[in-house]
Amino acid sequence: MNASPSMNDIILQVEHLSMKFGGLVAIGDLSFQAKRGEITALIGPNGAGKTTVFNCITGFYKPSEGMITLNRRDGSTYLLERLPNHEIPARAKVARTFQNIRLFSGMTLLENLLVAQHNKLMKASGYTMLGLFGFSSYRKASAESIDLARHWLEKANLVDRADDPAGDLPYGAQRRLEIARAMCTGPELLCLDEPAAGLNPKESAALNALLMDIRDTTSILLIEHDMSVVMQISDHVVVLEYGRKISDGSPQSVRTDPRVIAAYLGVDDEEVETVLTEVGDEDVIEQLDIGPDAAHGPGTSSSFLAGPVTDTIGHSEGERVTVSKGASKAGQVDAKANAAPRKPAERATAKPAGSTAKPRGGRK
Amino acid sequence: MAVTVSPERDVVATPVQRAFREALYAAAIALGLFVLFIGLKTDQNISNELILVQRWGLLAIVVIATAVGRFLYVGYAQPAMERAKAQKAAAPAAAATAPGFIRRNFNQIGVAVLLLYPVAIVLLFGFQGSLKWVDNFGIQILIYVMLAWGLNIVIGLAGLLDLGYVAFYAVGAYAYALLGTHFGLSFWILLPAAGLMAAFWGVMLGFPVLRLRGDYLAIVTLAFGEIIRLVIINWREVTNGSAGISGIPKVSFFGLMSFNVSDPNYIAKVLGIAQSGAYYKIFLYYLILGLCFLTAFVTIRLRRLPVGRAWEALREDEIACRSLGINTTTTKLTAFATGAMFGGFAGSFFAARQGFVSPESFVFLESAIILAIVVLGGMGSLGGIAVAALVMIGGTEILRELDFLKAVFGPDFTPELYRMLLFGMAMVIVMLWKPRGFVGSREPTAFLKERRAVSGSFTKEGHG
Repeated sequence: MNASPSMNDIILQVEHLSMKFGGLVAIGDLSFQAKRGEITALIGPNGAGKTTVFNCITGFYKPSEGMITLNRRDGSTYLLERLPNHEIPARAKVARTFQNIRLFSGMTLLENLLVAQHNKLMKASGYTMLGLFGFSSYRKASAESIDLARHWLEKANLVDRADDPAGDLPYGAQRRLEIARAMCTGPELLCLDEPAAGLNPKESAALNALLMDIRDTTSILLIEHDMSVVMQISDHVVVLEYGRKISDGSPQSVRTDPRVIAAYLGVDDEEVETVLTEVGDEDVIEQLDIGPDAAHGPGTSSSFLAGPVTDTIGHSEGERVTVSKGASKAGQVDAKANAAPRKPAERATAKPAGSTAKPRGGRK
Repeated sequence: MAVTVSPERDVVATPVQRAFREALYAAAIALGLFVLFIGLKTDQNISNELILVQRWGLLAIVVIATAVGRFLYVGYAQPAMERAKAQKAAAPAAAATAPGFIRRNFNQIGVAVLLLYPVAIVLLFGFQGSLKWVDNFGIQILIYVMLAWGLNIVIGLAGLLDLGYVAFYAVGAYAYALLGTHFGLSFWILLPAAGLMAAFWGVMLGFPVLRLRGDYLAIVTLAFGEIIRLVIINWREVTNGSAGISGIPKVSFFGLMSFNVSDPNYIAKVLGIAQSGAYYKIFLYYLILGLCFLTAFVTIRLRRLPVGRAWEALREDEIACRSLGINTTTTKLTAFATGAMFGGFAGSFFAARQGFVSPESFVFLESAIILAIVVLGGMGSLGGIAVAALVMIGGTEILRELDFLKAVFGPDFTPELYRMLLFGMAMVIVMLWKPRGFVGSREPTAFLKERRAVSGSFTKEGHG
């Protein structure tokens, strides 16, 4: 496809992605980019469709519409929506982890990491035949794969437990092991679905260090609820609500975007005004006179800004989202902006993705 | 063993008092249970009328036996076990660290015993007396060992519940029977051919069931096993229906010597020894032993190769496998094909050994027995499965030998009729005692520092 040099610093390009489950629109016309060597965070309230985006990128769902382009470092380009599930990690080099940890619990840590190197070892074992008769080429590849596994076990600080079953690990270590396992596939893009969920602050800090380490070699796409992780390590944040992108930009600009605040906290509650005042967005406060439709829309996700989400029993496969009219809080902000055309020019600048969004007010 | 006494009473009662009370309860329950089963028996009298025979004496014996058993168990066996447990807890380290000599060298001893078994039998019973022991026990058990090891690849490693495994056994047996009788091809050509054919049917079965998991997979594989059997019964022109195929050629000694008395290169003539049917049986014994070793070797090797690890990973979590770039379709198909191939080998050996095949040998019960052996032995463990096959098949064979029971229960008592009853009881007891089978733990395929068995509580059974 269009593998021009200028495109090469964009590793993942999602264009007009839609995912419909029957009449339910889980993702609607989503476009964003992830740059090579950066950590791109995908955030949004519960049920916003983040995991669905991941499932589309990693081939677990076939998107209803849209194009997902992955540019590899060697210049080759893959259209992920056309690749079969298992070829996305194998050929396009996209690895992922899961919201509810999926380790091979009855296998040792080392074996978990060796399974991740399946395709490489399969080739080295001559598709089983050479390995079955004990050719030395396989033995060499096998030793190399153990070295790679040891390398990642050391990075994840798990090498002491290499010969223990994965199911025996504590929760935080399982998260790190899953990341190490994904890294053993040699990915260029690593997709992490809530890696910090259920971690204590210390483990969370260790995870940040691991991710920053990985970022040197591998671009990361991250779903996360823990704002301390998102704000500290991500270079770029995309915010979803009801399957639609409502903001896109640097962590600072996203954090102060009134549409994001509205999406998370709602615009009808009294305390939102105080939050906004704290943020210092006077435009928004002025426009809050018009009451939104309180009957629709999600409950406020108060745990979100409070800290890590401890509830990790996640939506495992499908996040199904109904978009009812007027449910989108961000949409209400837009609606109000249009209804109160006091400063239409400034409102308009907030809408386009990312780059133009600027921090408003005095705080941050 | 639930103790039905409430704790307050427990404090007051001495073990013997408690045992006495428990024995009374047990007797009452036994009386209630057996009064109709044993106390009364329906029979026909000489004029073909239905009459009730009363057997109060027998009922009394059963009830008293139950009561005495319960009394001894609660009064003496239970306290003894408690004491043993307490003693073990007091000195735990020594027992735990040093497994016995037999435990440590289980595999080597097993192989040595298997290799020397016919020699020992011939020395003990002579050639003619060895026939029964080598054939009924040795060969019969080893066939099931091989089948169970083959099925172990599908169920124990890849976690695909296959209830129609006997279909591949049948394919292998009929492949040898038909090609051997019609084209006169040698066993040594047809053995790999039968294996390949079974593997082909394994893939054929694999394709439609790729999307199925768990119970649904089990049902479809069960149906597949029945389909193969019904095709064999009904396709008379080729398979001769339920009459079966007879006159299947014997295996030759690698084409050098034959085991047919009429042949010029009959083994006894070539070697200048006395005629005996035992040579063929002993040869077959070593042949199936070799096939078993081949199965074990391939299984052990495959587990350490990426494909074997992918099977086990598939058993643990299929979605995670796909996220790591493993093609689950081919992985499942290779598991089906490899398992089926060993089933096919065993089938062609079976046909050669029997000299006759009929659909009756390939009923669902066979699949169930093989599956039971795998489950009893511990899914994934070769040693455990071999022991389970020895217990299950050897146990049912030995029932035929228990002639002295006739003296106890009367001349029309045939112990082998109680085969399934004992089979079921054995399964229930073993599953209560060791829910993961004889060997519940799993050997890791690679290690950094030391190889430690993975406890069965972490491994999954697979669901697809």
